[in-house]
Order: sequence, then structure tokens, then C-alpha cells
Amino acid sequence: MRPFSLFLLLAMSAPAALPAPATAQSSTVILSTTTSTQDSGLLEVLVPMFEKQSGLSVKTISVGTGQALALAARGEADVTLAHAPALEKKFVEDGKMLNRRLVMYNDFVIIGPEDDPARIKGTAKALDALKKLAATGARFVSRGDKSGTHALELALWKQAGIEPAAPWYIESGQGMGATLGIANDRRAYTITDRATFLAFQKRIALPILVEKDRPLLNIYSVMEVNPANGPRVNAAGGKAFADWMLTPEVQGVIRTFGVDKYGQALFVPIAGKKDEDF
Amino acid sequence: MGLILDGVLQAFRLLLAGDPEVWRITLLSLRISASATLLALAVGIPAGTLLALARFPGRALVISLVNTGMGLPPVVVGLFVTIVLWRNGLLGALELLYTPTAMVLAQLVIAAPIVTGLTLAAVQQIPDRFRLQLLALGASRVQMTWVLIKEARLPMLAALMAGFGGVISEVGASMMVGGNIKGSTRVLTTATVLETGKGNFDVAIALSVILLAITFLVNWALTWIQQRRRV
Repeated sequence: MRPFSLFLLLAMSAPAALPAPATAQSSTVILSTTTSTQDSGLLEVLVPMFEKQSGLSVKTISVGTGQALALAARGEADVTLAHAPALEKKFVEDGKMLNRRLVMYNDFVIIGPEDDPARIKGTAKALDALKKLAATGARFVSRGDKSGTHALELALWKQAGIEPAAPWYIESGQGMGATLGIANDRRAYTITDRATFLAFQKRIALPILVEKDRPLLNIYSVMEVNPANGPRVNAAGGKAFADWMLTPEVQGVIRTFGVDKYGQALFVPIAGKKDEDF
Repeated sequence: MGLILDGVLQAFRLLLAGDPEVWRITLLSLRISASATLLALAVGIPAGTLLALARFPGRALVISLVNTGMGLPPVVVGLFVTIVLWRNGLLGALELLYTPTAMVLAQLVIAAPIVTGLTLAAVQQIPDRFRLQLLALGASRVQMTWVLIKEARLPMLAALMAGFGGVISEVGASMMVGGNIKGSTRVLTTATVLETGKGNFDVAIALSVILLAITFLVNWALTWIQQRRRV
């Protein structure tokens, strides 16, 4: 009988077992951002630094760029770090986001099977490479998830005047890591940011075929959330984080991030630059 | 295969070396899911007993709803709890989103119908004659209900196991309402998703092994309590 009474007792006392309530939320900043900044490990270095210096606590919500901006537009976040310039500018024009400032960039690369059936290796222009892919009907895996990477890929197809379609065009609907796995399995081409590619390099047999073309530049910006978007936006906290990202100290950390693990930096800091500079 | 073996070895290494992050994630998983399961028992045992014993119009409909609830997809629960907890949502003023409390709440919604449904089944399988006999012996309604609950305690342990198993293994709701925030709402399942996304498959496997081990130990202990008087 005893264990049973014990379990009833536990059931009755359950509310006492609840985790402690959250700390005061006025000192909390919600950062909505993309999966690539988290998967690369950069935010796990920067966020604790900011928390220590500012005394604020940061909740990092890593989702696709589309969702990160959508959450911010609903007032569910205080500051956004994203990488889809065209989409970001639209949110700024609509008054949902304020004070968009460039933080850093890295680049995208087009990867594909070793034997390269579409013969794109060494093509200087990313658009020419995509035209060859479409012409030969070589399999291509798209993120298909409204992420910043997906937005860039769609923009490239549009510029190339191609409407990608099944059966050669496969939409994974998943993050970059999972998409690389699918591309590897299906021996397909795909576009990936260089940071994720480096993290997965050992596990996939898809070499870089096209790189270093201007349209493949991957620019990250920080934006503050318009307090008019919702009743509880922490505008001051959001601005504090955005300003902090552009300080020389943080830009220095970004400049060397990844060197120890990959032998090369994953991002290039560009505080103070404008879109027109690229 | 080599990868899985590496992951298992890595699991032991992380736990034995006392990796503070892994321990924190593991303990938080246990704390959240245990709280949610206990709350689900507090709700589900009375509700299930009431449904088993009471007769009222619409009872069949309510039981159908509970049975449907036993299969609620966690990701759907996560979506609705998120919307309710949003700053602009119904309970936005509480500012609970992206906290462990929000995760307990979502897991409670997942586990409560499971405990209710299995309690209902457990109490109902007690023969009617037994109940009549208790009343004939002069038991009050409260006394009778208490005896029936005690009679059904072993099947109810199964409800406890099913409820806990359902929430400790769940990832969709925890990811959405918790946000997988390091040091605050990162649990074993969401950390596994993250490490897989980062390409750290060995760490992901290690976390999975820890999750399986915990689920096994909890179920083993409960099964021991359940079965020892049977022999």
C-alpha cells in the first residue's frame, strides 16, 4: 500500500515541483534569428558575452529568417538578426522593423556530386551554373522553408529566368544540415552557406563547384523591432543588443570566430558598411 | 555502425566526466517531464475516476474526446500553447513563453488525457458487483471511491508510465514553447535536434542514449513497484 500512497501524495504535491517562475521579464531580450547563426556556434559565444556586460538576459529563438521576421512583426521579439536583405528591406519599409544595420557576411557555395553531371565546376557566374542545372535536369535540393538561404536561392532562380520544378527540383522543408544530408543521399546539387558546409564537410561527398560570385554573398543585418508591433516589446533591450553587435569588440570576436575549429574564419565583420558597398 | 558505437561511448564519457551542460540538460528534462506527469496525475486520476463512475448525458462524447486526446500530436499542442502564451495572446500578460513553466504546461496538456483515459479504463474494469457489495456493506460514496481507486492502483501505474513516456520523449511542443534556449529551456530531445543540425552526430547519439537510459530506469522502477506484489 505504501508506494501507492506515496504516489498519490506526490500527485497532490505536484504544483510544488513546478520549476521556479521565470525571472523578471523587463530585463529579458528576445532575439529572433536564423538557424545558421546558432548552428555555427557564433551566438553561443556572443550571447553570454552580452548578458554579462549588459546584465540583461537574452532568449535566442532560432528559426528560419522568414519566421524570425514574422515573429518580430507581431511584436513577439525585440531584436532580429537575419540574412535576407530584400525581405528585410520590405519589413523596414512596412514600418515593422527599424534601424537595419549590416553586421557581417559570409558566402554561399553551390555544391554537388563529384562527377558533376551538369558540368558546372569552375563556372564563374552562379546564374550560369543554375541555367546549366535546369537545362540538364540535374537533381537539386532546395530548403523550401522560407529561410534566408531559401530566399537567396529563389532570387537566383528568378534572375536566371527559370521556374524550378519537380522532378529534378526537390524541396526538403528542413534546416541546412538535414538538407545537406538529403542532397548527399540523392547525389544532388544544392546551395549552402559556407559555415554549415564546413561543419558537415567530413560527412558529405559533395565538393564546392561554384563560389565567390557577388550574388552568392550572404549578408547578415540586425534590426530593432518597432514597439508599435505589440504591447510588450522591450525596445530599449533590443536596441542595446543591436548597438552592441556593432561595437569594435564584438566585430573583433566575429573576425576570428571559427579559426580554431576550421582553420578559417566563418564570418567577415562589416559594421558601418552599406548594401551599396558590395 | 561505428558512428552509433562512438555515440554510446561519448554518452558515457559526457556523463562520467560530469559535463555540466549535459547534466543540466538531463536534469531539466527530468524536472519538466516529472512535474508535468505529476500534475497530469492530479488532474487525470480524479477526472478518470469521475468519468468511470458517474453517469450523465454526453458522457460517451466526453469519453470519446478523452480518447482522442490520448493521441494529441505534440506539435499541435505546441502550436496552440505558443499562440495562447504569445505576448499578444490570451495569457500574454503572464510572459511565460520560452520558460520551463510553459514547457510543463504544454506537456501537461499532452499527458492529462493519457492519464485520464487509462484511469477511466482501470476503474471501469473493476466488476460492478464489487461496487454494489461495498455499498451493501455500508460504505459511503467517498469510502467506496477510495477503495475503487486503490483497487485500480496497478493499472494506474501503467497510466503514470504512459504519461511520463509520452512527455519525456516529446520534441515538437518543447521546441516551440521552450525555444531550446541554452541553460534555460534546452532539454534532451531539443538538444538532440540541435546537435543533429550542427552535424555533431556523435553528441546527438550520446544525448539519445541518455534519454533512453532515463526512460528505461524510470519505467524499470515503476514496473518493479507494479509487479512485486503480483508474484
